[in-house]
Amino acid sequence: MLKLLMSAGVAAFVSLASLGSAQAAGEAVELKSVAWEHGGLFGAYDRASAQRGAQVYREVCAACHGLSLVAFRTLADLGFTEDEIKALAAEYDFVDGPDDSGEMFDRPGKPSDKFPAPHANEKAARAANNGAYPLDLSLIAKARPNGDNYLYSLLTGYVDAPADFTLAPGMNYNAYFAGHQIAMPPPLMEDQVEFADGTEASIDQMAHDVTVFLTWAAEPKMEQRKQMGLKVILFLLILAGLFYAVKRKVWSDLH
Amino acid sequence: MSFEPKNPAIKWVEDRLPLPGMLHHALYEYPTPKNLSYWWTFGSLAGFMLVVQIVTGIVLAMHYTPHVDHAFNSVEHIMRDVNYGWLIRYMHANGASMFFIVVYLHIFRGLYYGSYKAPRELLWWLGLVIFLLMMATAFMGYVLPWGQMSFWGATVITNLFSAIPLVGDSIVTWLWGGFAVDNPTLNRFFSLHYLLPFVIAGVVILHIWSLHTSGSNNPTGVEIKDKQDSIPFHPYYTVKDLFGLAIFLIFFSAFLFYAPNYLGHPDNYIPANPLVTPAHIVPEWYFLPFYAILRAVPDKLGGVLLMFGAILVLFALPWLDKSRIRSARFRPIYKQLFWIFVADCILLTYIGGKPAEGAYLIWGRIATVYYFVHLLILLPLVGLFEKPKPLPASISEDVLSKKKPAKEEAANA
Repeated sequence: MLKLLMSAGVAAFVSLASLGSAQAAGEAVELKSVAWEHGGLFGAYDRASAQRGAQVYREVCAACHGLSLVAFRTLADLGFTEDEIKALAAEYDFVDGPDDSGEMFDRPGKPSDKFPAPHANEKAARAANNGAYPLDLSLIAKARPNGDNYLYSLLTGYVDAPADFTLAPGMNYNAYFAGHQIAMPPPLMEDQVEFADGTEASIDQMAHDVTVFLTWAAEPKMEQRKQMGLKVILFLLILAGLFYAVKRKVWSDLH
Repeated sequence: MSFEPKNPAIKWVEDRLPLPGMLHHALYEYPTPKNLSYWWTFGSLAGFMLVVQIVTGIVLAMHYTPHVDHAFNSVEHIMRDVNYGWLIRYMHANGASMFFIVVYLHIFRGLYYGSYKAPRELLWWLGLVIFLLMMATAFMGYVLPWGQMSFWGATVITNLFSAIPLVGDSIVTWLWGGFAVDNPTLNRFFSLHYLLPFVIAGVVILHIWSLHTSGSNNPTGVEIKDKQDSIPFHPYYTVKDLFGLAIFLIFFSAFLFYAPNYLGHPDNYIPANPLVTPAHIVPEWYFLPFYAILRAVPDKLGGVLLMFGAILVLFALPWLDKSRIRSARFRPIYKQLFWIFVADCILLTYIGGKPAEGAYLIWGRIATVYYFVHLLILLPLVGLFEKPKPLPASISEDVLSKKKPAKEEAANA
């Protein structure tokens, strides 16, 4: 009984402790909860959704937001072919050099390049955005508690402000943003992009797809991680069983 | 020395440096109580975690750049471009939490079974020194990714020293290497974060040396009296510890592979920004009880003193505890107080993660007061008034008395 109590105490300690830190910066607003395909123990990124999400990012978000940690070549993870990646990278121009005469020059992007930032620096970004600074999105899905649900809720959370709510000039009301005042105007509009696979580009669909894409961008090794975890834990279970058997055998001559 | 190696190569070494003999002594001749439970596994698990942290840390240092402009991105470089970099980094980050979990369990085991009492006071002290070094190391390690929590955690904790009268501000400037947490701070934290684990390893050697001098405590708290009471460490405890290790690794793996960011803080995936303060600055979970004590006191200096006092008071434990009986098994009142104390520590951990306001603050103060009341008042008093249960004559008698009823039952069935 005491042993049970102890282990319960230990479990409570660990879970309480982690809960405390995990919740410390959480927002009070309850987020929309989506049954993501990348959730759970075996979850993997929905390739088709992530590819559409990449399109939404490039055609909509990228006007203001960078994705500076993501290299084009890594899009292969999402099922983009080598040629598609080369073509996609080449759409962007990069300053390179200096060349042999000491001059910097423009060249088309290569798969090893990373998504270029839309603005030269933070000042330029603020100047172009009414003083607000559009964040780099590379890690956004991990930089917010419950990141994927948060992104989806935020993107679909532009609703009319309650009558008694005063918005500062240039700000927008969002049901899920901390304080409800967000500088970003509603980024998505119905049929804003045309999906190659014929999926209807509703706000909901685009928000869903770009969230999958950004979740991948923040944690590109998730699938590898979960697959390895399964093998490691199965191995450890067998190993623990063997050690237990050996332990019983070794200890059996004691009394 | 009873160790006479048959292998000529080992004999050659033994004659010049008696290292094989030492190992032989530790494994086969060092008498270990035969009744150690799985609560005694956490010592070797802590040693294992130190090795994991050092090995993964050395690999991370090969790819990491300790500069304010590059640190954050170099960590992401590890996560994205280095082969299995994500694995190494998550191992190291979660490994720190695992290290603290096993060390906390190890410490509480010591508290329950009175392992700090004579003749093991120095052993206890060395353990506390390791704990303090671990805290310093973990704190500086958390600064290295240079995220928002890294930066603001470093700012809050280093600022504590400014509470020292007269020289406080000078000390903080000296710690920072400037007038704010900046590149010099990051550089020295990296340097010290690399150094301290090896200092820990040194103190661990002293800890084990001291352990092998006074011998392991055991669940009865009764010392080994004759050969009946003890068994060699190998193979009995090597295999028992290996089983414990395998189970622990499953627990570790669950976090590492399936919830690698659960014990961390999302804000640390935002690059450090000295101009934007996070809404709640929260340290890593293993510091939360002490953070709660710090914030329970309205006065800054008082809070700092009480926080450090919460650890320093543990050094006096061998003299605060007046009971001659070690194990709580034979101390009916202390046993209950122990579990209340555990609950109090859990409450402090919970409070430390919450904002210091309203009911949280009140509960934090109650829990803080109780922490010290337990150690400074209840512990000495209960030792004087408690009537302990009769102790077994020996370890071996205790083991046999437990086995008998089970065997009789089996015979009756």
